[in-house]
Amino acid sequence: MSAIENISFDHSELLRFITAGSVDDGKSTLIGRLLHDSKSIFEDQLSAITHTSRKRGMEAVDLSLLTDGLQAEREQGITIDVAYRYFATPKRKFIIADTPGHEQYTRNMVTGASTANLAIILIDARKGVLTQSRRHAYLASLVGIPHLVVAVNKMDLVNYSQDVFERICQEFHRFVAGLNLKNIAYIPMSALNGDMVVERGNNLGWYEGMTLMDLLEKVPVDHDINLEDFRFPVQLVCRPQTEEWHDFRGYMGRIESGSINVGDEVQVLPSALTSRIKEIVTYEGNVEGAVAPQSVTLTIEDHLDISRGDMLVKISQLPQVTKEFDAMLCWLSEQSLDPRRKYLIKHSTRLVKAVISRIEYRLDINTLKHEAADILKMNDIARVSLKVHQPLVWDAYQRNHATGSFIVIDEVTNNTVAAGMICPSKGQG
Amino acid sequence: MDVILNQMDEFAPVAGPVAGLVMKNEPVVIKRRVARQLGHLEALESEAIHIMREVAAECANPALLFSGGKDSIVLLRLAEKAFRPGRFPFPLMHVDTGHNFPEVIEFRDRRVKQLGERLIVASMEDSIKQGRVVLRSENQSRNPFQSVTLLDAIAEHGFDACIGGARRDEEKARAKERIFSFRDEFGQWDPKNQRPELWDLYNARVHPGENIRVFPISNWTELDVWEYISREGLEVPHIYFAHRRDVIRRGSGLLPISHLVQPKEGEKVENLMVRFRTVGDMSCTCPVESAAVGIGEIIAETAVTRITERGATRMDDQTSEASMELRKREGYF
Repeated sequence: MSAIENISFDHSELLRFITAGSVDDGKSTLIGRLLHDSKSIFEDQLSAITHTSRKRGMEAVDLSLLTDGLQAEREQGITIDVAYRYFATPKRKFIIADTPGHEQYTRNMVTGASTANLAIILIDARKGVLTQSRRHAYLASLVGIPHLVVAVNKMDLVNYSQDVFERICQEFHRFVAGLNLKNIAYIPMSALNGDMVVERGNNLGWYEGMTLMDLLEKVPVDHDINLEDFRFPVQLVCRPQTEEWHDFRGYMGRIESGSINVGDEVQVLPSALTSRIKEIVTYEGNVEGAVAPQSVTLTIEDHLDISRGDMLVKISQLPQVTKEFDAMLCWLSEQSLDPRRKYLIKHSTRLVKAVISRIEYRLDINTLKHEAADILKMNDIARVSLKVHQPLVWDAYQRNHATGSFIVIDEVTNNTVAAGMICPSKGQG
Repeated sequence: MDVILNQMDEFAPVAGPVAGLVMKNEPVVIKRRVARQLGHLEALESEAIHIMREVAAECANPALLFSGGKDSIVLLRLAEKAFRPGRFPFPLMHVDTGHNFPEVIEFRDRRVKQLGERLIVASMEDSIKQGRVVLRSENQSRNPFQSVTLLDAIAEHGFDACIGGARRDEEKARAKERIFSFRDEFGQWDPKNQRPELWDLYNARVHPGENIRVFPISNWTELDVWEYISREGLEVPHIYFAHRRDVIRRGSGLLPISHLVQPKEGEKVENLMVRFRTVGDMSCTCPVESAAVGIGEIIAETAVTRITERGATRMDDQTSEASMELRKREGYF
């Protein structure tokens, strides 16, 4: 990054990833190493952590201090759920959702993972696949992260042994066989010494695969969005009512998936009225076509009653429209679920009242066994049945994250208390 | 699918219109080939537009904080993209410390006029006159007291949401803040008690007296901001570009000479080529030495800089390791 002619970031892609692992796995060191070796650490940051390292009597600079927390955290010895960090190489811009690994892990990882293209699961080469590695893999599969990297770290402490690495890979592979994880890469590394993070190093000559940075730069992200089903939740209706824009009535929103062209036939849900796209309006002028995840304004040929919360879709790709559905729920709040109460659900741009009518089972996240449950506590994951007061327009989460996800809000405190992922309806597979 | 995408190639929106471009009634179709995958700036832009529209839909009485600085200049363009051909569904508000660079205030007023939107100026001078803010000396930095004026203005106008241009890459307290950041009735941020924020599903619900600070460009870096300013052809106050200025060296930074900052004994006034990376209170905003007279040169410098934006330019952030966090807890944006 030293030569100015090499720094055209203009059309680079964005990759969001999450790191899963506890402090003991060397997670902070790995993030510090990625930032340091990609020359993304600034001098004033480096001099601050060098100073702190010395103050604490350390010989080398402790890169994990880069991700060190706030005063509130230092004073109370706690870690706040998610911190976001940024770095860029000439190929891509990266956003790391850095979540601490402790007892609230489920809540934090689900939060960080909800927007991630890729998860790095750290495994300590000395310890191998642990219960928590299984938990991390399950959560990655639950939230549907498209790409997984198993980083077998601390290889320096097992003499860079190929046998140890392969044993861990096989064990992990066996464990995830039943999970919904497609693209898994395994990389041996030493974050401490920098082997196979950005540089290849001299100690892992037997490994012929990509370094972590190589993989982060090359993993394809263009298929992570559903490009087939057009889904356009209406955020706002634009009616300027000025002289110039007297009859203008535009539907503002973001194309959550799929694409749209002028002239396409669309259906408005839940009313099921149909029309055709007249214009696709952007600030730069009208365009003939647009694709997810662009934010645009649409006008249609007919005068229909459309408002926030409605969804425009294509007739050939209809979603579900129901008042009852099943979902995997991750409870995030210290206040437990009270099945007698009504909650609010925010799904796409629609806010509805809901009751959780049945807890089908709670999942033991360590054994993946189903157990009966009457209430849900923080960090619990369960399959539940829900009833909502007005129909929702939805797809199964595994088909479409944008129209298959929702949050649960406590009407009294206004807190976000749960995250939900809608299951395919029965008989739909 | 391929067919549609091929058509898309021909008729995709082009990036980089002329500054101040106004939409006309007749459709303008601009042809340019773009890849199927949005570039990172387009992705960040679309995210920010989506966020602004959610604020407009879910909050009863929002405002957009506009200082005349580069980040809020980007916010204004994003608001144009989010709401035109309609008007902004919120007024603009500036917390004026009375210590702003005159060039920035001049720019602020000109930009607001161009947009034809409403500007509310919350003045710290008023807070001082009313005895709400008490200063030790006339020339001291007023940054720490902005919160008082901001919170008073929020209460006066009954705002339930304030859109601001803060970014997570600026500072480690910001790195841990939500895009929709809840503030209690005293305007306080409680880092331990933030609402979980999942997918793009934002929770903007508040009780009366509470409010939400919304940061649509949370995920942008300083470099992204400059690239966007370049791509959009946005005007920025000229103190962002390299110019000759009288400065003194104090601590690790340069301080601009003004009626607020005069050399102390032993300090030497130098006339250097400098530019500002941030614009704020004149008494504590430091310029950096630079020869970057154009946007392209600023981008090149930003891409290879080895010092963080606040590390280089804000004396008030260097006083303690936690100064931003402490200010935020008191209601700072």
